[in-house]
Amino acid sequence: MTKDTKNPPIDRVDGRMKVTGGAKYFAEFEMPNTTYCVIVGSEIAKGAIASLDTKKAAGAPGVLGVFTHQNMPPIPGWDAPVQGNGNGPPPGPPSGGEKYRILHTNKILFYGQPMAMVVADTFERATYAASLVKATYTKQPHQTDLTKNLEKGVTPKGPRFEDYLRGNADAYKSAPVTLEVKYTIPIEVHQPMELHGVLAGWTGDDKVMVYAKTQGVKGTQKSVAEAFKIDPNNVHVHTEFMGGGFGMGLRTWPQEIAVVAIAKKVGRPVKLVITRNQMFSLVGHRPTTVQTINMGADTNGKLVGLSHAATGETATYEDFTEGTVSMTKFMYACPNVSTKYKIVPLDRGVPIWMRGPGEATGAFALESAMDEMATKLKLDPIEFRLRNYTETDPEHNRPYSDKNLKEAYQKGAEAIGWSSRKAEPGSNRDSDWLVGYGMSSGTFNASKGGATARAVLNADGTLLLQCSVTDIGPGTGTAMTMIAHNVLGVPVEKIKVEYGDSALPNSPQQGGSTITSTVGSAVHQVCTSVKKSLIDMATQSGTPLAGIKADDLTVADGFVSADGDSSKKVAIADLLKKANLTTLDKTEESKANGKPDEQKYSMYSFSVHFVQVRVNPSTGVVRVSKAVSVADSGRIISPKTAASQMIGGVAGGIGMALTEEAVIDHRFGRIVNNNLADYHVAVSADVPHTETIVIDKPDPYINPMGAKGMGEIALIGFAAAVANAVFNATGQRIRDLPITPDKLLRTA
Amino acid sequence: MNQFQYMRVTNPKAAVAAVSKDNTTMFLAGGTNLIDLMKRGVEAPEKLVDITRIPLNTIEKTATGLRIGALAKNTAVAEHELVVKNFPLLSMALNAGASPQLRNMATIGGNMMQRTRCSYFYDTALPCNKREPGSGCGAIGGYNRMHAIFGTSTKCIAVHPSDMCIALVALDATVNVSGPKGDRRIPFADFHRLPGDTPQKDNMLQPGELIMSVDLPMNGFAGNSHYLKVRDRASYAFALVSVGVGLKMSGNTIQDVRLAMGGVAHKPWRLTEAEKFLKGKPATEATFKQAAELAMKGAKGHGENDFKLTMAPNSIVEALKTAAKTA
Repeated sequence: MTKDTKNPPIDRVDGRMKVTGGAKYFAEFEMPNTTYCVIVGSEIAKGAIASLDTKKAAGAPGVLGVFTHQNMPPIPGWDAPVQGNGNGPPPGPPSGGEKYRILHTNKILFYGQPMAMVVADTFERATYAASLVKATYTKQPHQTDLTKNLEKGVTPKGPRFEDYLRGNADAYKSAPVTLEVKYTIPIEVHQPMELHGVLAGWTGDDKVMVYAKTQGVKGTQKSVAEAFKIDPNNVHVHTEFMGGGFGMGLRTWPQEIAVVAIAKKVGRPVKLVITRNQMFSLVGHRPTTVQTINMGADTNGKLVGLSHAATGETATYEDFTEGTVSMTKFMYACPNVSTKYKIVPLDRGVPIWMRGPGEATGAFALESAMDEMATKLKLDPIEFRLRNYTETDPEHNRPYSDKNLKEAYQKGAEAIGWSSRKAEPGSNRDSDWLVGYGMSSGTFNASKGGATARAVLNADGTLLLQCSVTDIGPGTGTAMTMIAHNVLGVPVEKIKVEYGDSALPNSPQQGGSTITSTVGSAVHQVCTSVKKSLIDMATQSGTPLAGIKADDLTVADGFVSADGDSSKKVAIADLLKKANLTTLDKTEESKANGKPDEQKYSMYSFSVHFVQVRVNPSTGVVRVSKAVSVADSGRIISPKTAASQMIGGVAGGIGMALTEEAVIDHRFGRIVNNNLADYHVAVSADVPHTETIVIDKPDPYINPMGAKGMGEIALIGFAAAVANAVFNATGQRIRDLPITPDKLLRTA
Repeated sequence: MNQFQYMRVTNPKAAVAAVSKDNTTMFLAGGTNLIDLMKRGVEAPEKLVDITRIPLNTIEKTATGLRIGALAKNTAVAEHELVVKNFPLLSMALNAGASPQLRNMATIGGNMMQRTRCSYFYDTALPCNKREPGSGCGAIGGYNRMHAIFGTSTKCIAVHPSDMCIALVALDATVNVSGPKGDRRIPFADFHRLPGDTPQKDNMLQPGELIMSVDLPMNGFAGNSHYLKVRDRASYAFALVSVGVGLKMSGNTIQDVRLAMGGVAHKPWRLTEAEKFLKGKPATEATFKQAAELAMKGAKGHGENDFKLTMAPNSIVEALKTAAKTA
């Protein structure tokens, strides 16, 4: 029974474990004789190690080894250059520069680059010994400032990043109303509570156990297997719980592979937990990005032309790309659209996707520009968007599978009290504070990948679900439980979910808002298969249900029963007994939908964000006083965890809009506010009461549940809503995130 | 972090004796700053003398006001009945600082002794005259958004990060210290110092001197006090600029006033000229603006912190308005 009705809010299935300490995170695992590794990072951004004194460290108490480029054990799978991105061996040389291999040569490619990895019998001793490693350098001039290197931008390879043109790129120039504006975002870093790292121990010559902090245990399994040229089945990776990922766990970082190699060398398990400071240099970041939007509209508020150019940073040793200009291609009805996307290699650690990834960066520019144009046109920002609303995807010339953005605008506007917004900026005052309202839209690709799930239905009516997927926090276990419950009618408290282990059936990594769709489909499929077997068994001759069609039967609460005649039913326990089975055990692989370009429909999730801000004009302080986020992401599987995910998006969005910026002192090529006191993520006091609204209508085409992702759209666009509200409150347009008090005072 | 010895003492004499013996020994109280500095390699004492067992955490009435023990926790002081009633400015300033967890650990003496939060001071790979005299000032010409606009030197432009100290300097506190040469009293305004050529020295304490308590004289500011902290996020952020105000009002006339600023100098910055100007004046926005202008005499930006030249006077006016309840 696939329900067409909305799902009830159930509690997070692992909630109790998480709040009582029962949920174990990678660093909490111990293996016998575990040793501890601490990384010594470079203090320059570019050049070479001239000398490295490791003698004192090697002789310090408890030290088992100090590994540098001079004595690093081999990583056999990395001997040949391999192309690619994400998981696997280090990607090949990018648009210029050379590949980075940890502890391989004396070359320094970025500040903080590991120069030595010190292993000792305790964490404290390793930390102390690491402080004794001394380096001298041959420095070379470094380039870490994107704004000074924009001319070095190159268009990355791949169809997704090619220059895009629909109609005439210059059409905006001759429109009656034009806008040419530049937006910048700084480096943002993920900084989840849980520090990054790995615990690895070899259990045989070619067998290794890895407790990782990864968003995909199968990806890490593959990376390790390739690095050491061993059978993936001999690499056991476990990541059941993650204290926040936000994208930084979407690849296996070089230092993790190094730990696996070192563990083999020292013959004992090695645990690495990097420091908070190293979280700013070793595990990626949202790249600083400069964007220009050129927009033209007619006096009726119709877009005539739209151009979006974005340039983001990457490393010299690896290309990092993301969908910064994607949204501009299909969000609005506009006949003339062009986009350009470039990356600039800098002497910095490589970026990685951060929640919403490039789309969040791009939406800040596009949705700010939409607000700027609405102001020029003297139109309400919602009305301006409605005048350019499109029911079909103008990029691919095909319908959206499901889009309810108009309804989302309306519901969000009602909830925030949009009617209280004053069109004239700076005209809404509450004693010493200026009040403003802003809104924006967001969107992200929705897809379904391939995954395998196992379902074991026991005679006592309990159900076990298994899949290797890692739950990075959104409540994947809870969603799987709800989907199984909907198909098999097993009460949620009788369903157990096992996940986050490479020994379990295959799943892609958790990222890009795809897991509920992907793993959910596998769960749906395997539970449907179990259900079909039950019905087959229940309708054999000699049972009270013999001859009744499958469609007229319901499986629920341990029985198969006839619809409309509850006296006709058979207990599942009896069916299993009769078939001499103790369990009904099935494993099914759910196939990925084809590539987006091969689809009949364009599949996207959409969101709308509304905020009310209060701005103190004399101090420049901005506070988000109210937030409303509306998600149009198909059927909602788990309303409670979905709402939590949206609130998390608001918290992240407030950080992006108002507080988060990793500052580089370009004289040193070094992030200077490299700790959580100085790098400001939003704290609870910054996040107001947030109202989350879900449209909750099933997408008819994407998957059997009709569910689409919401992890990214919860953040995408939010920063623009804040910037737009700040403009409405003050008349000041800040195009350079974050909107800190100094910027408002400077432009005042 | 280096290996170090740890010892506990239970009386001030033993503490002073232990620390005055050599300059590689340090007092340890709440540890909320010192331990961080040790982890980052900024401080590397060979011995820590844990003073938290010394009974110095009382908060008591004296003939002239209030005496707060140096080991009283920030939270205990902020919530103490006598503080809330008589010195609300101190309570407000304490509560504006750090996070509840830190305030529960941090002591009053330790709060006064905390080091600057300048990024260059914390990062041992970068130059800093305060950490390593003669290595240069990274903040001059660098990331100096948080830095000082008053009393800077060519050697250092760091600020003292405390909120509490802004209230204490405004409230005419006196610090009681005990040292190898005996006891002495230091007016709070003279406790911290400007960087000059020796930015490594934050305050006037002599080697081995231990803060015993802080005295606050009674005053008439309880009814019209305000601590305004302007910061990048709503909690757990150091002040860009902060202002502590105490007013003694007679109708709409300012009978007496105390004004101090944080986030602007190497020490808690008392605004004595502005105070003199405000005495006897009506509590109006116009006089507040004039006072702010006087207070800003001699202010100088260093690039990224130029905004403080606007933010600081605006904040003085805001804080005065709120304290005077004219807002």
